[in-house]
Amino acid sequence: MQTVKLTIDNKTVEVEKGTTILKAARKIGIDIPTLCHFEMCDMNIENKPGGCRICVVEVAGRKNLAPACATEAQDGMVINSHNIRVLNARRTVLKLLISDHPFDCLVCSKSGNCELQSLATKFGIREIPYQGEKSTYRKDTSPSIIRDVDKCIMCRRCEMMCNEVQTVGALSAVNRGFKSVVAPAFEMDLEKSPCTYCGQCVSVCPTGALTEVDHSNDILRALSDRTKTVIVQTAPAVRAALGEEFGLEPGTSVTGKMVAALRRLGFKFVFDTDFAADLTIMEEGTELLDRLGRYLKGEEDVKLPMLTSCCPGWVNFFEHNFPDLLDIPSTAKSPQQMFGAIAKTYFADKIGVDRKNLVVVSIMPCLAKKYECQRDEFKVNGNPDVDFSISTRELAAFIKQANIDFMDLPDEEFDNPLGESTGAGVIFGNTGGVIEAACRTAYELHTGKTLEKVEFNALRGMEGIRSATIDFDGLPLNIGIAHGLANARKLLNEVRAGRSKYHAIEIMACPGGCIGGGGQPYHFGNSEILLKRAASLYNEDDCKTIRKSHENPHIMRLYDEFLGKPLSHKSHELLHTTYFDKSDEVAINHD
Amino acid sequence: MITRSLTDDKSIKTDEPKIAKEIIHEMDKTPTLYSYAAAEKGKVKVKIKLSDDKIEKIKEICAAFNNDAGELINVLHQTQHTFGYLPAEVQEVIAHFLNVSTAHVYGVVTFYSYFTMIPKGRFPISICTGTACYVRGAEKVLDEFKKQLGISVGQTTEDGKFSLSCLRCVGACGLAPVILVGEKVYGRVAPDGVKAILDAYKDK
Repeated sequence: MQTVKLTIDNKTVEVEKGTTILKAARKIGIDIPTLCHFEMCDMNIENKPGGCRICVVEVAGRKNLAPACATEAQDGMVINSHNIRVLNARRTVLKLLISDHPFDCLVCSKSGNCELQSLATKFGIREIPYQGEKSTYRKDTSPSIIRDVDKCIMCRRCEMMCNEVQTVGALSAVNRGFKSVVAPAFEMDLEKSPCTYCGQCVSVCPTGALTEVDHSNDILRALSDRTKTVIVQTAPAVRAALGEEFGLEPGTSVTGKMVAALRRLGFKFVFDTDFAADLTIMEEGTELLDRLGRYLKGEEDVKLPMLTSCCPGWVNFFEHNFPDLLDIPSTAKSPQQMFGAIAKTYFADKIGVDRKNLVVVSIMPCLAKKYECQRDEFKVNGNPDVDFSISTRELAAFIKQANIDFMDLPDEEFDNPLGESTGAGVIFGNTGGVIEAACRTAYELHTGKTLEKVEFNALRGMEGIRSATIDFDGLPLNIGIAHGLANARKLLNEVRAGRSKYHAIEIMACPGGCIGGGGQPYHFGNSEILLKRAASLYNEDDCKTIRKSHENPHIMRLYDEFLGKPLSHKSHELLHTTYFDKSDEVAINHD
Repeated sequence: MITRSLTDDKSIKTDEPKIAKEIIHEMDKTPTLYSYAAAEKGKVKVKIKLSDDKIEKIKEICAAFNNDAGELINVLHQTQHTFGYLPAEVQEVIAHFLNVSTAHVYGVVTFYSYFTMIPKGRFPISICTGTACYVRGAEKVLDEFKKQLGISVGQTTEDGKFSLSCLRCVGACGLAPVILVGEKVYGRVAPDGVKAILDAYKDK
């Protein structure tokens, strides 16, 4: 390894050749401020357009200031990261950025989490001497995401996420100079673009230019309506991240406190999406075994590999990009929608409430879930199975507004019957978790043997694409896992080309899985946080007495009392769905 | 400028080789489970309603540049040269063949003032606003054209007859201010001479 030695603020540091000044400085505890630069080390994600110039430093012997994020450290460099020239340059850059930014911090939903705001505070910006025209653009509201481009500082992190990490290609910088904005093709609304609502753009946006649609008020209204019974479900990844909003160490599991808080907010029943995750495994796992069985019997029209279908961002992605492969994903609905369907039939009957008066709320780490619950196929006579979906961030704000001292809450248990879950349901929030949960159940159902060790370590990890062969008692099952839609695209292209060797593939749209979802507390690029959240879910699984979905007693009762068996007629009616070609394409012959 | 000839027939097939290239890892030697490739062979999907010969033409242009995403600007040049402008449908087809997002193509088209999504008029009018013409009143001439035609720079009249654009210096500074209608040069144009120029195209 070739190294270079340089001096930053009178401290000497030796780094590998090719390292940027920014990283060299961080190595010795000098935190040069950045704005457009964004990095998630363990995920191989980096945005460094060198555009904002906040990170400029003075390099001795160089005429102009150098952007630390985009300048390679050279041997013998002498750098000053905070002299008067540098500080003045940073302040000028901030003042120029703010001069074309709305002064509405008081009513901005990003206030408190805004990187531009915190830099302005840090550098003591007290007045903006530059007056003049401000660039304005229409506000664009989709079912999940709001674009308010007036607040955009053209850091282009969202563009990097959308195009490189997700290969969705919904956003690009368009126009030039003062008029430049980040927008979909032909400046169409996000809703009409190929956007999957994965929300990764929102999770990296440094300002309030990209935010989620907030449904807290709708829920508040429902909670104060006496004719309504309002129940709530919480997704697995929420409990691993909610604590961060209350100052807890990332990865602190707050399941019990979360349940207590929801009860105090006024929800009549606090249920767990993990229960529906167990249900998903019953349906999806059985479907996999069914397809495998028919394949092994030599049936030719059986579709393999089977793809998981829990992730609504992923579902949107394949509906837009792989309309020719709509018959390979599992037909099982996502846990959110399975929960809604069971709540508004089985549970509504049990408590004697008409579905119209039962309001189902979901707390999700995800923005695509907002869109998913609004899809027409998940409604009965216009009444949605899940009425409102809010993010982890929205829930945290909601708890704070209700004067609940979160830290002081006791740990409480979920209600029954839709609150009982197994360890298999919990790990749904991690990349690899769904397929691991499916393997636990499918293995036992297929082989009739008891699984000695329920952890499938081969399926865990953070690499973008992983694969493993699991021995199903003589039947080698090839499993593929991808998180991040660029990785998903690679696996799907293999399938399309007829080269896929997998029997089953799990895909989650967000890097890290749901724990890194677009609705989670902002991680500001710190991928360590995602690892801690993942560990927290695996730990919760470890602590559960029941760790296989098919052993969940309430799931067994649900089948006994109501559904019959997995893939039954009733299951198909309530728990399975179909996919649509959203590509809006026409086939053209090219020989 | 476009330097490569369209006759360099490299007849790149569109979808298949790209996909093959993207496969980054190979599993063991298990036979393929199910093939979807057959159903899709010989077909590409694009979003638009554009006549087959136009799509064929765009395909040719993209192929001449090896369907290389890095050649997007050259592809756009050549396509605009062929069609006169770059409407949305054309951009979508280019995005498809170069395997980039339509948003990216649109981003490039809107970045460079040379590219236009509006078809030029049959008689494109260009006003020189170079230094010499500018100081001799080009702006007033331009304003008069805008007023007479009821359009602004970059637009085309509703009947498709005239379009208006600005350029910098046609090398006839002695005649400043200079305007062009198509290939024809008019020198020493004053605002009150604009109507006469337009009238000359009345019946064409």
